[in-house]
Order: sequence, then structure tokens, then C-alpha cells
Amino acid sequence: MALIQATNITKNYRVGDLDVPALKGISFAIGEGAFAAFVGPSGSGKSTLLNLLGCLDHPSSGTLTVHGRDVSTLSRNEAARFRGEHLGFVFQDFNLVPVLSAYENIEYPLLMVRGWSPEKRRERVMKMIDAVGMTEQERPDQMSGGQKQRVAVARALVGEPRLVLADEPTANLDHDTAYRILNLMKTMRDDFGTSFIFSTHDPKIMNEAELTFVLEDGRLQTEGGVA
Amino acid sequence: MMSTFNLAARNLMRYRRRTMLTALLITLGVAALLLFVAAAGSFKQTMVGSITDSMLGHFQVHRKGYTASIDNLPLNMSLQPKAVAKIETALKAEPEVAAYSKRVKLGAMFSNFAENTSIRLNGIDPAAEDATVPALRERITEGNKDGPLVERGKVLIPELIAKGMKVKVGDTVVLVVTNSSGSVNGKNFTVGGVLQAVTGPGGRDGYIDIADARDLLRMENEEVMEIAVRLKSIDDLSAVQKRVSVPLDEIRNKEDKPATELHLWSQLSPFANIVAMIDMMTLFIRIMMVAIVLVSVMNVMLMAVYERIREIGTLAAIGTQPGKLMAIFLSEGLLLGLFGAVAGIAISYAVVGGMNVWPMVFNFGREQIVLHPTLAVSEVLGVLGLSIIVSGLASLQPAWRAARMDPIQALRHV
Ligand SMILES: Nc1ncnc2c1ncn2[C@@H]1O[C@H](COP(=O)(O)OP(=O)(O)OP(=O)(O)O)[C@@H](O)[C@H]1O
Ligand SMILES: [Mg+2]
Repeated sequence: MALIQATNITKNYRVGDLDVPALKGISFAIGEGAFAAFVGPSGSGKSTLLNLLGCLDHPSSGTLTVHGRDVSTLSRNEAARFRGEHLGFVFQDFNLVPVLSAYENIEYPLLMVRGWSPEKRRERVMKMIDAVGMTEQERPDQMSGGQKQRVAVARALVGEPRLVLADEPTANLDHDTAYRILNLMKTMRDDFGTSFIFSTHDPKIMNEAELTFVLEDGRLQTEGGVA
Repeated sequence: MMSTFNLAARNLMRYRRRTMLTALLITLGVAALLLFVAAAGSFKQTMVGSITDSMLGHFQVHRKGYTASIDNLPLNMSLQPKAVAKIETALKAEPEVAAYSKRVKLGAMFSNFAENTSIRLNGIDPAAEDATVPALRERITEGNKDGPLVERGKVLIPELIAKGMKVKVGDTVVLVVTNSSGSVNGKNFTVGGVLQAVTGPGGRDGYIDIADARDLLRMENEEVMEIAVRLKSIDDLSAVQKRVSVPLDEIRNKEDKPATELHLWSQLSPFANIVAMIDMMTLFIRIMMVAIVLVSVMNVMLMAVYERIREIGTLAAIGTQPGKLMAIFLSEGLLLGLFGAVAGIAISYAVVGGMNVWPMVFNFGREQIVLHPTLAVSEVLGVLGLSIIVSGLASLQPAWRAARMDPIQALRHV
């Protein structure tokens, strides 16, 4: 059973009276434990597609199942619950909560989304801090971009989701740091079995992926299969 | 729950200066309200106390229509002995009545053998009057403060007349009256004491024994113009009024209309209007405080939501339920209001404590009012509760906005 099954999905944005097509009928499947990338020029629909996979938006037509669940018609609260339980997110701008320390940022999903007990949280957060090679006390404003993204990766993984979505996770990092973050994500995939799907328009970064989908003008150029 | 407030507190401390300024505004609003209520309450209590305890009593009973012409001290509108007996029965049956005093009121000419002036006289039973208006004897400035209020053949005169007519304690004076049948009668009295002046009605009132008053008027029956009543506690006033009115209404005249009238101190003294005005001003200040809390908390929370749109998008994307997001911002507003209000309450207690160590004295002519403000716990809790409720209401709309935000839009916000 594939982790993601997309069948002929489209997405139109409504701009004024016009329907602007961003995705024009896309079908693909991604299996468990994937390390997959969507690449393509600016405006090709990478973010739009990742938002659909992340249950942040609904497709205009077609069917989309994530982790065995049809997510194309989830309500607002259902989608939030689904994201909290099964998905992790890494963002281009890191998006850590500025008033929380590294430890607390990683703890946040367990505390505010999952409602875990303090002992369970502590054990799990310490494990993640170790895994990404951070210290717990630091505040976001004292961290470098690479450190912030490490914390963000730990936050995405702390709840043991099946899938982590990362829209351009390395766009704001220098070349070396970008590679280090990608390698960290790959290691995490190896250690925890979590699938990673990211987008990029950097061809060198793209080569790190084990499965690549090329998007152009809302269509897939190479149809991917189950990896 | 704890962690939501923890997060709220940290976000408030992130913009320390803004939070402090807003909290300070709330603090000032709360302190202004509490201090006004405390000072005005003390002023009210002192004034009401001095009026009811030294002159009026808590309520008075007259023959119907007497109060309307009380300025002329009419002699033909008195309560007849039968009515008086019924009123006394009603008052004795009411357990909250502490004491009452029957008064014969009359206008007289006061002469020091060289000059004349007019005087308003109250014929009283000294013991009953003392029990009904215990603070009257505190107004005696010259003469015996500890004995009976008046003795037979003596008169207590107001300071105004003592000064104007140049008479002292022990001097002999003449009181001349015209009675209800038109005949004139005069009698010598000794000045037994001088009463400190008070503002309002009663400043020209003198006191003689009720028996002397009836002699002067050549009154054949034991008529009474006024019955002043003191309760055990002024707080029971309206309840007692209701109960006592029932038997009083049964006292009827020849036309079968109620023959008596009952007036509360507040209906007899113009100071009741000042009390009403103070209450109205308190209401205005309360509205001001609510407005200050509402506007300042809402302003800060709207800013907070606007500044943190991307953070809201992030939290929503990683699975925070809309209700939780709402709670995060609501608790931030509540905490801000709570912090400001608690500081305001602390300042109020400090200032009230200071005002009791170094009391404020106000002079009204010769009268002195010393304020001893106190903060009623109920008032403090009320203001605290009000600030919290208003802060919550003020944060509701911003928090709702945060909860409803579309995560994608919010994440793209720059
Ligand atoms: N909210 C929106 N409203 C209208 N049009 C949108 C919206 N979001 C995206 N689009 C349009 O949809 C198309 C795909 O956009 P998308 O952001 O998915 O591209 P992308 O591949 O992520 O580009 P980039 O590399 O610049 O991030 C573009 O033409 C874009 O203008
Ligand atoms: Mg994009």
C-alpha cells in the first residue's frame, strides 16, 4: 500500500473572476520510506502540490490518499488533527517559535498538539535533540540558519509521523549547510523510517533525492512510480 | 492549560515595553476607580452618618402634609395622641428599630432682652433624643456634654444665635411663641449649651424639654409634630420602611385617607442628591475603566496577531487545533488584563493604607470631614473580575482571527 496515491489531481486558484490552473491533472504514487523531491522552475506548482500532500489545501478535482486516508475532503479541524498525528513540516524560513528555546520548540507538538505526559515528552525530546546534534537551551535568535533548520527537522520528527513535507527546506541555507541538512534528513529516514518529500529548484540538491518528479507548468514531466 | 499561559507570558514579555505601558494604563484605570470608590465611600459614610446620627435619625413619621410645610413649622398639623400611640405600637413591634424620639417642633422669638431673632425649637425627651441621634451631644461646644441633653427650664441654642445675640451658657433669655389659637406666651430660659453649626437644615435648631415646649404652646393634649426613628443598622432601611408602612397606612383620617407620612433621611436631606451624584460619578469612572481596558487590550492583541501571522500559520500547519490557537491568544489578553488589574489593586491598597496613616481632612466651613477610606473586598473582587472579563472580551476578536486564519495564506505572509 502506497504512502501517497494521487490520481488525476488538479488545483485551480480563483483570481478575481478567473480560474487560474496551477496543477493540471497529476497522478503518482510514493511508497513508505521514500526520499523524494519535486523539482521544477518557479511557478511550476511545487508549493501547490506540497500543500495538497500536507492537507493544508484541497485539490479542485481528483483523489488524493495519504497514509491510506482520502484527504481531499477533510474539514478544517479534521485536517488539523490529521496533520498533527501523521505529518511533519519543515519550512523554507525555519519558522521556529521565537519565544521558545530549542528544547521547547521541539516539545511543542507533543505538548500542544498531542498532549503527551511530561516524562514521555522529556525522553522523546532529548532523543531528538541528540539525533539532530543540538543543545536544548538555545533560543532561535542565537542560532544560525543551519541550527534552526536542525531544530525544525527535530520538531517535524518528534511525533514520529509517517511523512515529513519540506517546501524548499534549503533555499535559505548556503551550499554546505544545505547538504548537511539533506544528509540529516536522510539519516533520520534511515533511523526512523519516516518518508521525506521536499521541493527544490536547485539541480544539485535535487540529485540527493532517491526519487525525483519534475513539474512544469502544472504537469509532471516524468511520471514517478513506487520507489 | 499551564503551558498555554506560559507561552502567553513569554509572548507578552517579548515586547516588554509595550506590555508594560499597556499594563500601566490598566493599572492606572483600576487604581483610579478603586481609590475614588474608597474615598467617595468614606465621604458618603461620614456625611450620612453625621446627618442621621446628629439630626434626622434614619427615618421620620409626620402627620400627612407636615413635611411639605416643615419650613413654617405649622402647629396645626400635629399627630394627635391616638395616632401617636398607634405609631409607637408599630415601631415597638419592629425588631430592627433601636430607638425613636417624639418631637414638638415650633418657631419662637428669641430675646436677650436687648435684641430679638427667630429660632426653630425642638421639644424633646432628652433620653429618647439621645438614643435616637447619639451624635447630637458631640455637637455641644459649650456647656455640659455628659449630662442629660436638656433639663427643664434650659435651652440648647445653635452657635449662629449664640454668636449673633452674644449670649453664653448660663445667660437668661426669653422665648416667645404664638400658639395655634393665636395667643402669645413667653417664658424665661437659661442657656444650657451651645451647638456647633452644621450645613444644611438644622443649622438654626435649638432644643428644649418637650414638657417646656408644651407649656409654652399651652398644648392641652400630648400632640407630637415629628417622630424620628433610629434603626440598629442603616442597611436595613428599605426593608424596615416596607414593614412599618403597613401598620402606618392603617392609621386613617376622616376621609379614610392615610393620616401619616413616612420619610427616609434621604428624602429629608439635600445631601441625598450629593450621594446620588457621587454614585453617578462612580459609574462614569467605572465605564472609563472598562473602556481603557477594552481599548488597550484589544489594541495590543490586534497588533500581536498581526505581528505573528507566520507563526500562527506555522502552528496551524503542524496540527494545532483552531481552538488551541484561540486559547493561546485569549490567555495572552487575559494575562495582560490580570497583570494590570492586580498591580492597580496593589497600588490602591498601598494608597488607602497611606491615607489612613496620614489622613486627609476637608473643611466645610466649621465642619471637618476626615476621610478614612477602606477598600471593600467585594469591590476589589468586582473590579478584578470586571477587568478579566473585559480583557477576555477584548481579546476575543483578535483570537478568533488567529484561529480562523488559513495556514497557507498565513505562512506566505511577509
Ligand atoms: N494563492 C494563490 N492564488 C493565485 N494563484 C496562485 C496562488 N498560489 C500559487 N498560485 C499560482 O499557481 C502557480 C503555481 O505556484 P506555486 O507557488 O505552486 O509554484 P512553485 O513551483 O512553488 O514556485 P516557486 O519555485 O516560486 O516557489 C503559479 O502560477 C502561481 O502564480
Ligand atoms: Mg514554491
